Amino acid sequence: MSVAPPPPPKAQRTPADRVFKGLATAAGLSTLVLLGLIFVFLIREAWPALQEAGLKFFTTFEWNLDISPPSFGIGAVLFGTIVVSLIALVIAVPVSVGTALFINEYAPKRLDRLLTSLVDLLAAVPSIVYGLWGLYFLQPRLAGLSRWLTDHLGFIPLFHTSRPVFGFSLFVAGIVLAIMVLPIITSVSREVFQQTPRHTCEAALALGGTRWGMIRRVILPFGRSGVVGASMLGLGRAMGETIAAALILGFDYRISSEILSPGGGSVAGLIALKFPEAGEFERQGLAAAGLVLFAATLLVNMVARFVVGRAGTSRRLDS
Amino acid sequence: MTALDSGVPVSLPPRRPRRFGAKEVQQAATAAGASVLGVAALFAVTPLSGALGFVIVAYVGFLAVYGVVAARADGELAARDRLARVMVATAALATFIPLLFVLGYVLTKGLEALSASFFSETLEAVGPLDPATTGGARHALIGTLEQVAIATVLSVPLGVMTAVYINEYGGQLARIVRFLVDAMSGIPSIVAGLFIFTFWVLQLGRGFSGMAAGLALAVLMLPTVTRTSEEMLKLVPGGLREASLALGAPEWRTVMRVVLPAARTGLITAVVLGIARVAGETAPLLLTAFGSDSVNTDPLNEPQSALPLFIYQQIRNPGEAPIARAWTGALVLVVMVLALFTLARVLGTGRRKATDG
Repeated sequence: MSVAPPPPPKAQRTPADRVFKGLATAAGLSTLVLLGLIFVFLIREAWPALQEAGLKFFTTFEWNLDISPPSFGIGAVLFGTIVVSLIALVIAVPVSVGTALFINEYAPKRLDRLLTSLVDLLAAVPSIVYGLWGLYFLQPRLAGLSRWLTDHLGFIPLFHTSRPVFGFSLFVAGIVLAIMVLPIITSVSREVFQQTPRHTCEAALALGGTRWGMIRRVILPFGRSGVVGASMLGLGRAMGETIAAALILGFDYRISSEILSPGGGSVAGLIALKFPEAGEFERQGLAAAGLVLFAATLLVNMVARFVVGRAGTSRRLDS
Repeated sequence: MTALDSGVPVSLPPRRPRRFGAKEVQQAATAAGASVLGVAALFAVTPLSGALGFVIVAYVGFLAVYGVVAARADGELAARDRLARVMVATAALATFIPLLFVLGYVLTKGLEALSASFFSETLEAVGPLDPATTGGARHALIGTLEQVAIATVLSVPLGVMTAVYINEYGGQLARIVRFLVDAMSGIPSIVAGLFIFTFWVLQLGRGFSGMAAGLALAVLMLPTVTRTSEEMLKLVPGGLREASLALGAPEWRTVMRVVLPAARTGLITAVVLGIARVAGETAPLLLTAFGSDSVNTDPLNEPQSALPLFIYQQIRNPGEAPIARAWTGALVLVVMVLALFTLARVLGTGRRKATDG
């Protein structure tokens, strides 16, 4: 006859434990509450403006609240935000993936920590400093490149410009934003690449593959969804970046397809530039713009985190 | 039938990983020389100009010549491998060079107008035509200190407790909280400013103030503190917790007296990183602190300045002197943030060594 094994020891929970757990849970839930509060307060503030503008809020290319009836919407700045973010991503994604591969696969192991710190340092520089630098250092130096692009590639509509004035443009803002989103894309891609099973990499090398062959056939397929997620995180950052874009673009309410010439704006920049002088109704309109920005970035971030989170768990390499 | 089956011992030369040998260096040098010559020839016949144009053309030329040289000597696969190596290294350079340029340019421009008055004077009595060395940012520095202190006091206990909840208690809800904290770390800073404006300034009617700015910064600091703290709590060995519980300590004493002290330096790193993250924020301050030209030590009433806000408002002023002041402000801000960042790294390294050993 066998003796039943003793039940596993149970942690003794005192009343103080319950209080402590309650406190910790409350702290955890406060994040949820905070996100909810942000939505509630922005919607309440934005409601009158949204009611006035209706769906035209997204398609109106004007910001004029003083005339009657007021005509305002975020069409033009929404366009600017999307174009600038896309320029930033087109530049930043390949550079970030290259940097991540360099740190993981090419650089000597003892430089790993230093290089990772440098990437983090790039993220630590405040956006106002990037804006100032972009405005006074980068912008004059990009005029030559802009002129060259429009002179030699002007037949592509993207690089066409009808005014020979360069700078204060979506192009310059896009490059500054590219530098600003590099760190997040690099560090997330690097972490995902690092999770590639090492034995698979070594198998590829043992079969006679070159290092690039190993990267192309093993690491990149494994990390693909991680790179997609990282790029979306970068997109979220670029969409929400305020000060650097506001300083370089200034404020212009014409929608412009000429990315090399002055013009364009961003949603976040609109709020920052208009807010200090705005009256009550205009502030409600700006709150509506902020609400749209908040919802869009939160959505992009959540999808991105979901994609990155899944990238770590899927170990399939059969592509 | 392989060599092993036949029983004949096979002695292969020991395989070593391939290194960047003399042959590759020679090929690269050939390609570099050829491309420089090629670019010089191109410059002579085409209207290309400028340093950037030169670099781009020379780089493309180098890639092309290097590829051909390597392919002829060692085959196509090796050529692709070497080109990939060059391009990956270029990408890394493209990441690190801007950092160098940003820091270098801020340093040179910032030193031009840096003087003791920057720390001892305000903008109160400064006219638009005064030189850059008159006036300073004392009011802004005071504002930044107060606002960051408020943000730290509010967000650190909340962030650390949230990390304790996620790490020590776990469960489905904790996973959701963690996911939301991650998502929250990406919300635009201007949205945090708008939120506090509608909540604190309008709803509660407290007006623009340093407190409002501190609240907005706390919203931004919370995700950083929470996630970093959580990473640090994960490093605390489970054995410590079990030993404490086995000695009969209740859970809350285990967390307070064993887990948190064991992660102490890591938690300080989390706090410092959080401070570094928000100290340079400008956008939310526009909507909360609003800015001021004179000293306001009372964070609860009346608008206040802050260093990032000082820089922003100086840039938007016409003239040379304000721009020079903005550069000096940027230099002080960058030095501040970099010092915090380095401190966090040093503490973080100490932490790692402590758990290793």
